[in-house]
Amino acid sequence: MKMKWKNVFGGIILTVLIVSGCSKKGGDFKYVKIDGSSTVFPISEAVAEEFRKKDANIRVTVGIAGTGGGFKKFCAGETDISDASRPIKPSEVELCQKNNIGYIELPVAYDGLTIVINPKNTWAKHITVQELKKLWQPAAQDKIKTWNQVRAGWPNRPIHLYGPGVDSGTYDYFTEAIVGKEHASRGDFTASEDDNVLVQGVSTDEEALGFFGLAYYEENKNKLKPLPVDDENNANGRGPVAASMETVMDGTYQPLSRPIFIYVNQKALNRPEVSQYVQYYLENAAVLSREVGYIPLSKKAYALAQKRVEKRITGSLFEGHGSQVGVQIDVVLEKSLQ
Amino acid sequence: MRHRFLKENTIENAFKAICFLSILLPLVLIVVLIGDAVIDGWSRLSLDFLTGFPSRKPELAGFLPALVGSFYLMLLTSAIAIPLGLGAAIYLEEYAKPGFLTSLIEINISNLAGVPSIIYGLLGLELFVRMSHMGRSLLAGACTLALLLLPMVIMVSRESLRVVPNSLREAGFALGADQWQTIWKIILPMSIPGALTGIILSVARAIGETAPLITIGALTYVAFLPDSIHSAFTAMPIQIFNWISRPQTAFQTNAAAGIVVLLFLMLFFNALAIWLRARLQRKVYW
Repeated sequence: MKMKWKNVFGGIILTVLIVSGCSKKGGDFKYVKIDGSSTVFPISEAVAEEFRKKDANIRVTVGIAGTGGGFKKFCAGETDISDASRPIKPSEVELCQKNNIGYIELPVAYDGLTIVINPKNTWAKHITVQELKKLWQPAAQDKIKTWNQVRAGWPNRPIHLYGPGVDSGTYDYFTEAIVGKEHASRGDFTASEDDNVLVQGVSTDEEALGFFGLAYYEENKNKLKPLPVDDENNANGRGPVAASMETVMDGTYQPLSRPIFIYVNQKALNRPEVSQYVQYYLENAAVLSREVGYIPLSKKAYALAQKRVEKRITGSLFEGHGSQVGVQIDVVLEKSLQ
Repeated sequence: MRHRFLKENTIENAFKAICFLSILLPLVLIVVLIGDAVIDGWSRLSLDFLTGFPSRKPELAGFLPALVGSFYLMLLTSAIAIPLGLGAAIYLEEYAKPGFLTSLIEINISNLAGVPSIIYGLLGLELFVRMSHMGRSLLAGACTLALLLLPMVIMVSRESLRVVPNSLREAGFALGADQWQTIWKIILPMSIPGALTGIILSVARAIGETAPLITIGALTYVAFLPDSIHSAFTAMPIQIFNWISRPQTAFQTNAAAGIVVLLFLMLFFNALAIWLRARLQRKVYW
């Protein structure tokens, strides 16, 4: 008896010793550490997957700590690259400065936030930004509860709202673009970190209105109806514009198109494995981002981003103000290079 | 008289029915859960899936790094949590003098068992990843999970130490054994089977934990196997979570297949716990 349970423990301890003993730290492998937004994750993963075929000795790892969580690690010097679905915020800029971390900001693709309703909703054909603001702003809480309060003529039926969790970059961007203030909205909506839950919710609720990334709409077209958005600005498309690959790419789907980014640690960029990965990223982001459901930037934008890397231009295109609405990435990039 | 008897009989029958329902309900639930996952994930359950690396293409995406990561994690966690937990339990049950301090410790341990797992993740991030410079490694993950497990391990171990009758302790002393001999030769062999069952069950639960691992910075895309305890890693629940939240429906199939693997592993550990208990208990003679 006594022997038996000693053996069990002995076994466990021995196995652990073998696991840890047989191993050499590091070896010949080089590492590129990435963490951050789960929105950008599919692109970074796709690039890493293809990059691995080129050089298997460079091990790229990607995490999903979220944009904010990613910057905390990045500005502590724990990661080489940070995935971000919004530009860096002033508080994060400060943190990076404090730890002497320089960063190069590179846009890698666009995402279009799609406003969706249930296919059985027959009354809503399009919505204006003003109406969205009326519906989502903090003051709407407990006040705007029916469709006809949003627009006269819509039925007197309750309206149920669905949106991403308040920790997500998607929520930050939406509030900035619609309400005009980042991170400010009514609190009485169904929030989920998992966009598929939102898809599920809107597709089973006739009175629902929700928003999430274009990829989730494209994959569930038969269950959802997109609501075209009118920003009442004829400069970027007259009248209501529906979210699609084309309208996001040509800049007419405003203000709910947003660029997504990677931030590269300036010092890490001196390591060949990191600079090779970043270069590979910018060369292949157009194809790979489309493959995983995002909208590529223009060829020119990728070339300009490449220049940014070569010239080691640090800092944010958005001067650390957080999300900015309706930016033409090509224009901003070009300006920063002059 | 007869009337009252009948009434009691009906009450008993009703009680029986309720008890039966309460066993039936969880059974049905678990069958539905497993059945649903198996049906959804069946088309992806193959050797390729078990030996593949993650990919953006759902039909190529594999589970291997997550599977191996979870396995190592579990071994390391057990190796840390079991000796510590048993030690603490033995101290509290056999050595500690009852008093204010002991009850304070006891209350705190019970409280710790109820702390949400993400709090342990935050603690692990500061304590292990940053202060102890373990980085975002397997070791840091295992230490964090071990912390999470400790209160439970201590409680189940104490419970099983407590069921050893005091008369046996006294018999040991009466035969001239000192406390060390009594604990080592009488009490531990008798309580280990019970303790092990509880411990294995809590370890099995810990492999399903996601939040603390994401907090300490376990990764999602890792296209290699951990080659040391300092290596970066991913774990099954993280990979499943990532697949579930992807827009492409084909990833949902992968998630279901992952869930089946995770469930299978958990059932395996539960079975192991039962088998170990049965095997060890047979050797104990009263």
